[in-house]
Amino acid sequence: MPTPPTATDAASRRAGDPHDTEGDARPVLRAVKMRKHFPVRGFRSDKVVHAVDDVDLELYAGRVVALVGESGSGKSTIARLLAQLMPTTAGQILLDGEDATARGRKSFRRYVKRVQMIFQDPFGSLNPVHTVRYHLTRSIRIHRGNLKGAEMEAALDELLDRVHLTPVDRYVDKYPHELSGGQRQRVAIARALAADPDVLLADEPISMLDVSIRLGILNLLRDLRDRLGIAILYITHDIASARYFADKTLVMYAGRVVESGDSESVTQDPKHPYTQLLIGSAPDPDDMEARARGARGEAPSLVTPPPGCRFNPRCPFATDLCRTELPPLMDVGEGRKAACWGYSDRPDRPELGSVLDAYGERPTVAASAAAHDSEEAAR
Amino acid sequence: MSAATTSPAATPAAAKTGDPVLEIKNLSVDYGFDDNPTHVLRQASLTLNRGEVLGLAGESGCGKSTLAYGATRLLPPPGLITGGEVIYHDRDGSSTDILKLNDAELRASRWRDMSIVFQGAMNSLNPVYRIGKQISDGILAHSPGMSKAQAMERSAEMLEMVGISADRLRSYPHQLSGGMRQRVMIAMALSLDPQVLIMDEPTTALDVVMQRQIIEQIADLRERLGFSVIFITHDVSLLIEIADRIAIMYAGEIVEKASSQDMYRRPRHPYTDALLHSFPPLRGPRRELGGIPGSPPDLSNLPSGCPFRDRCAFAFDACSSITPELIHPGVGGDAPTRQVACLRHDTKAVVDAGFEPQPLPEQLVLR
Repeated sequence: MPTPPTATDAASRRAGDPHDTEGDARPVLRAVKMRKHFPVRGFRSDKVVHAVDDVDLELYAGRVVALVGESGSGKSTIARLLAQLMPTTAGQILLDGEDATARGRKSFRRYVKRVQMIFQDPFGSLNPVHTVRYHLTRSIRIHRGNLKGAEMEAALDELLDRVHLTPVDRYVDKYPHELSGGQRQRVAIARALAADPDVLLADEPISMLDVSIRLGILNLLRDLRDRLGIAILYITHDIASARYFADKTLVMYAGRVVESGDSESVTQDPKHPYTQLLIGSAPDPDDMEARARGARGEAPSLVTPPPGCRFNPRCPFATDLCRTELPPLMDVGEGRKAACWGYSDRPDRPELGSVLDAYGERPTVAASAAAHDSEEAAR
Repeated sequence: MSAATTSPAATPAAAKTGDPVLEIKNLSVDYGFDDNPTHVLRQASLTLNRGEVLGLAGESGCGKSTLAYGATRLLPPPGLITGGEVIYHDRDGSSTDILKLNDAELRASRWRDMSIVFQGAMNSLNPVYRIGKQISDGILAHSPGMSKAQAMERSAEMLEMVGISADRLRSYPHQLSGGMRQRVMIAMALSLDPQVLIMDEPTTALDVVMQRQIIEQIADLRERLGFSVIFITHDVSLLIEIADRIAIMYAGEIVEKASSQDMYRRPRHPYTDALLHSFPPLRGPRRELGGIPGSPPDLSNLPSGCPFRDRCAFAFDACSSITPELIHPGVGGDAPTRQVACLRHDTKAVVDAGFEPQPLPEQLVLR
């Protein structure tokens, strides 16, 4: 019988101090030009939904990367692609620098052992007819071998202890319905940890939970990052929680990354007009005036995305350049990138101002009707 | 065809703004008809004034939706209203107790006096009817003499008012985006020019940019039409921005009432304080946050005393035996309408019961 690997083995596998990131800059998991197009159903339809286009992403041990964007911007698709729950249309997924595309059952298992996922809804991701013990032992058996008796009990204790579900006896034989939402999400996290993964993909882990227990889960994940040196991808639509929890933040709009950088500077000094709009729209009781008032428009159709920058129909600064050519991610400061022509040195670049001023007036019916017409034309 | 020129069906309220339009007095709701029902709402009292936005906040399961549905008599079984009054004051000054109306009167009153925007617009619209039909349906039911064409015209007017062009009347719900569907729901709720609009988490399913658009729309419409809003959400920071007054609920009781700025700058109840510190801030210094330890109590088996005491950092011996009542907080200079249910403020009740009163902690006496 194989000896069960423990957490310390895994920690030693991940070299060096987890916070010394830029030094031993070798991403654990990396996506290169990842792309996912879903076919549109219909008779002889060759249309596709451009869910994710050309996304580059790097996850480092002991670091949290947040992926922020509105619903339908492709955040969850990225998580599913990285978990290899569905194949990519183009692009590569690299684990420790090697192509990790799973071909067949065995290589998928090997991959999943190192890259685990936590889902949004703990009510849905735990089986209601099984106990906590069943969920965890199953995961342990699959990923660590068939432990017996005392060894299995010790592994269970360790897992529940790691997610702060103590005393263990009180929780281990409970059914999911006997637990609160936060406790259920902790069980889901413990199940992911049973594989002793290097990467944790958390797809909106707190948005279904009650406000008072959200921070508990975030603090737990941060604790796991620090103690076990796990790389975490944190997907959220709440940019304030990204600032609280993540080291680096990527902002997505309509299937593309529009801005990246460390969380503090992305939230305090947003560069891309969309990020500015996003931050200006979040409620903030301390500063009632700094609001993006009168913002209009909606995310574009991903079947026929607008040519050029995908944000151009809503952008107050858009020029012809934005409407024809797609802006690449450009350096806009230390470790920061933004996909906006305003930061290029092209002579025909748009003049960027403050989004808060640009959307000064309330939307009129005429304006929203015009927006509606252009949306119709896009279809 | 600017929306500003289309006048609403009725003239603005003859009654003064600031008068109460809806008074909920000691409303109690039980779930379950058997011998041992769960008391999900206990003696909740609220007053909604004309033209104001009243926010209701709290964790899920604290009874905020139950309060709204109880007050409109929309509670599905096994929900049962066991006591209290819901007084509605009409524009002409007449008052009715919603809980005493018979079926026909209730049917006439609903939507015309009070309407609701439900959570999740995608589930509230019927997917097989065009939205024009769905809006005009409510109008026709309340205006017997009206023709279908007139009702449709009114529907178009309503749609334009919420910023959707009238040719969308012939769309089905699935052809609209989430934000547009929520606007349709708002248009529908306002189509009979009600005095009270109850919004049950109207923006929870939307992203922040759309949420801001909807919020601005509501503020704008309220200015023009002069209705009052009960806004239910768990997002306290959103409430502080849009509400005039806020009531915080915990475990089926209202634990604090105050104006929104007072609530934000000067919370008096430990739960309010903890709730305000459960949201990571987007601006300002990054601070370490802990959330609220533990989980809400089981309402079917509620112990005596303060329901929050197990999670409260300031609980003392009296909290387990005395149930706190809403009183004026024990801090000088607070607005006279402020109320808080916490024994740290209620020295009299503590002394009367023979306990040693405890001083107010620093966090709860901010000015």
